[in-house]
Amino acid sequence: MALHKEHELHKRRFSRNVGLGLILGAFVVLVLALTMVKVTSNGFQFPSELAEQN
Amino acid sequence: MTDASIHASSVHEDEASFGDFFALLKPRVMSLVVFTAFVGLMAAPVSVHPVIGFAAILFIAIGGGASGALNMWWDADIDRIMKRTKGRPIPAGKITEGEAKVFGLALSGISVIMLALASNIFAGAFLAFTIFFYVVIYTMWLKRSTPQNIVIGGAAGAFPPVIGWIAATGSMAIEPWLMFALTFMWTPPHFWALALFMRSDYDDAGVPMLTVTHGRPSTRRHILVYTGLLAALAIGTAFSGVGGPLYLAVALVLNGLFLWGAWKISRRDETDSEADDFKVERSFFKLSLLYLFLHFGAILAESLLKPYGLGGW
Repeated sequence: MALHKEHELHKRRFSRNVGLGLILGAFVVLVLALTMVKVTSNGFQFPSELAEQN
Repeated sequence: MTDASIHASSVHEDEASFGDFFALLKPRVMSLVVFTAFVGLMAAPVSVHPVIGFAAILFIAIGGGASGALNMWWDADIDRIMKRTKGRPIPAGKITEGEAKVFGLALSGISVIMLALASNIFAGAFLAFTIFFYVVIYTMWLKRSTPQNIVIGGAAGAFPPVIGWIAATGSMAIEPWLMFALTFMWTPPHFWALALFMRSDYDDAGVPMLTVTHGRPSTRRHILVYTGLLAALAIGTAFSGVGGPLYLAVALVLNGLFLWGAWKISRRDETDSEADDFKVERSFFKLSLLYLFLHFGAILAESLLKPYGLGGW
């Protein structure tokens, strides 16, 4: 099967790669946002503080 | 290897696009999961930080999608036979069964762990149980072995509001189980109506739907009985912690229409249905979609009105 540089297959692979890239980027942002929310909440304690209490 | 010199053996014309992998997650089912889980989360009597709420709904949706992918992996053989499912990514030759399995398992693990981290371990464990229930109990075991497949399998689709509630509160109460029961009791009449007008699909695939094992007149009676039980439950929910006057009004109207539709289905026979191409059954099926959406919409509206002193009793 002869594949030209602009074969439709490349477009499909590109769409998959772009989609995956965007999802991974969004996942990183979401984990960052979750971390910010968790560590700035009133009930947050560092593990060392918890260990001292126990 | 450059782009222009890919070996023919390493490519196939029908290679999946991003959309094919998305289709593996059953987006339409996922939209129901997102909506009911969101209502469960919002109806809970605690406020959730928007970021945590968003993450919880997202990972519940991904968990639901993962179980859809695993369902498509296991059911690929019968999906190739049924008209309704022939176009799915595996029967269409876009994605292999092995790819679907790995994709589903990976997303299951990610969604459960991330939900447990974002909200609480109880919610994560419950999501894991839901995936197990849908994939192992329903897809692998009951779907092909009992005509009650839809009744018991419907439980898997009914769990999301419970998970949403647990994600918000970290505990259990009666209200999320009322929302669970609403979807659970709604599922059989919804799917049996579909089975009535998608006539030969389930026969051809050898899935023991009620229409195949007990006959179509029995299925029509089952629809009426389940709709009666559903109506009692749906109207009774109006007097619980998640109900209120608005919900009651919506429930009365919709259950009246739904019961009327089920009654008409029970009074018809195959000659009547074939004469008008299953018009009554088709409209009952369409109404069932609106039915669930509006009931959960009313629960959501009640919870949104509560801060203004308007929602609930």
